[in-house]
Amino acid sequence: MIKIEHLVQKYGDLRAVDDVSLDIANGEIVGLLGPNGAGKTTAMKVLTCFLPPTEGEVSVDDLDVEQDSLAVRERIGYLPENNPLYSDMTVRETLDFVADVRRLNGSNRGRRLRYTVEACGLEGMLNRPVGELSKGYRQRVGLAQAILHDPPVLVLDEPTSGLDPNQIVEIRNLIRELGKEKTVILSTHIMQEVQATCSRVVIIHQGKIVADGTNEELQAQLEGQDRYSIEFRAPGDNIATEFKSSLGIDIYDDVSTPGAGSYHYILQIEKDRDERERIFRLMVDHGWTLLELQREQVSLEDVFRELTTKS
Amino acid sequence: MQNSLVIFRKEMRAYFNSPIAYIFLAVFLVLSGWFFFSTFFVINQASLRGILELIPVFFIFFIPAVTMRLVAEEKHSGTMEVLLTFPIRNREVIFGKFLAALALVSIGVALTGTYILTAAMLGNLDAGVTLAAYLGMILMAATYMALGLYASTITSNQIVAFILGILFIFLFFYFDKMLVFLPNWLVGTFEYLSVDYHYRNFVRGVFDSRDLIYFGSVIFLGLAMATRKLAERRWS
Repeated sequence: MIKIEHLVQKYGDLRAVDDVSLDIANGEIVGLLGPNGAGKTTAMKVLTCFLPPTEGEVSVDDLDVEQDSLAVRERIGYLPENNPLYSDMTVRETLDFVADVRRLNGSNRGRRLRYTVEACGLEGMLNRPVGELSKGYRQRVGLAQAILHDPPVLVLDEPTSGLDPNQIVEIRNLIRELGKEKTVILSTHIMQEVQATCSRVVIIHQGKIVADGTNEELQAQLEGQDRYSIEFRAPGDNIATEFKSSLGIDIYDDVSTPGAGSYHYILQIEKDRDERERIFRLMVDHGWTLLELQREQVSLEDVFRELTTKS
Repeated sequence: MQNSLVIFRKEMRAYFNSPIAYIFLAVFLVLSGWFFFSTFFVINQASLRGILELIPVFFIFFIPAVTMRLVAEEKHSGTMEVLLTFPIRNREVIFGKFLAALALVSIGVALTGTYILTAAMLGNLDAGVTLAAYLGMILMAATYMALGLYASTITSNQIVAFILGILFIFLFFYFDKMLVFLPNWLVGTFEYLSVDYHYRNFVRGVFDSRDLIYFGSVIFLGLAMATRKLAERRWS
């Protein structure tokens, strides 16, 4: 359905997207995950024919975004970041305008308008100016303008940003519903969103794809790893060095609160090695006070952090 | 063309949903009316000479005020990004917006027809010459508009678009105002480049294809440059 081959997108000297290749099959819901500025939005702008690719090829349905730009645009519904809308138009005028641009005619036009208004829950808002809507309703109008022409591909750039938890759940349900018959690409930097809605996760960092797979596959990458969170109180200096050398394990992350007088370390240890007892012994031998010791499975969030904090 | 009409309708709605259209029409009519009747009674002749000479100067400020928002506002608010991912060509967007500005200004110009009727009742007015002058006025407005629209594609700041628009338009207005400083062999060229020169031909009732070609080319040039600028996708 969507084919991205060696896409490079430059802003001056900056390579916002750096040699990205991605193949998305019909009906997939793909989550583009990455920290802000990773290149998600830029990639989406190329896919929606807003920006021509600097290098590489992007096609939808075997139609090239440059050569067959208009045909590609007919197949895509796009909700840009920040959801820009004409604030002086009412909801009805907005949808009518989009129906005009999308050339919806005859009975199909009425049917699509009715379906979209209902699906996005906009019935009571049709005569309200878009500029007076709450953020949740604005987002629904943005989604409505994207799905109005029943496109096979939906590109949603941070569809739930700035919404309250209830609205987030609503929008996610709607996306899942739409995803049953459409190919959906959505970008986000919220992990739960991906876990809740997507069948596939693509993690982007500094313009490159650093991971690609289902939720489970990505977790399996770091599987076999357990994460220990240890908080303890200890007198004296060089506690970290002492800790490392006596235990023989590197500290994965130091999350101590400065000045609290206590230390809080994160360790990452293979699953079949249970180190809880040795850690307890270490505390006892040194006369340190163990405040907390927790062992947990590595989550997708940890995978994300692992992949996107190292450059 | 159908796409341009969709854009045209959207822009007309934007003009008339906001105070822009009403303020433009009101101020334009008040100012032109005042200048019209003050010269009218001073000279004591059923002549439009005074107002027709002032219109090109009026338009230097009025037209950029109408065109400045056309592209800059949508760049600033981000809606241009949505618009350009619809199946619609850059040139269709530009042309639709141009038509909307032209329609708004044409309404203003048409409303000044009431002054003309007053003048016609009070004295003898040459219908042919008056019509030619009006045609010239619309063509001149369209030419200014193409330049103003180009200015609007350069920036996402409406004030900058307004001032740049005035600058571009003033340049085309000014070409034949400095002829005395020019060597003889340049005079013809500069005269031909001036909007005002061609407009005055219309005001005199002279209907020459060279004037039409001039207006047509500058309009085409402005719209083509605006389309190119839009295609660059450089938002600043």
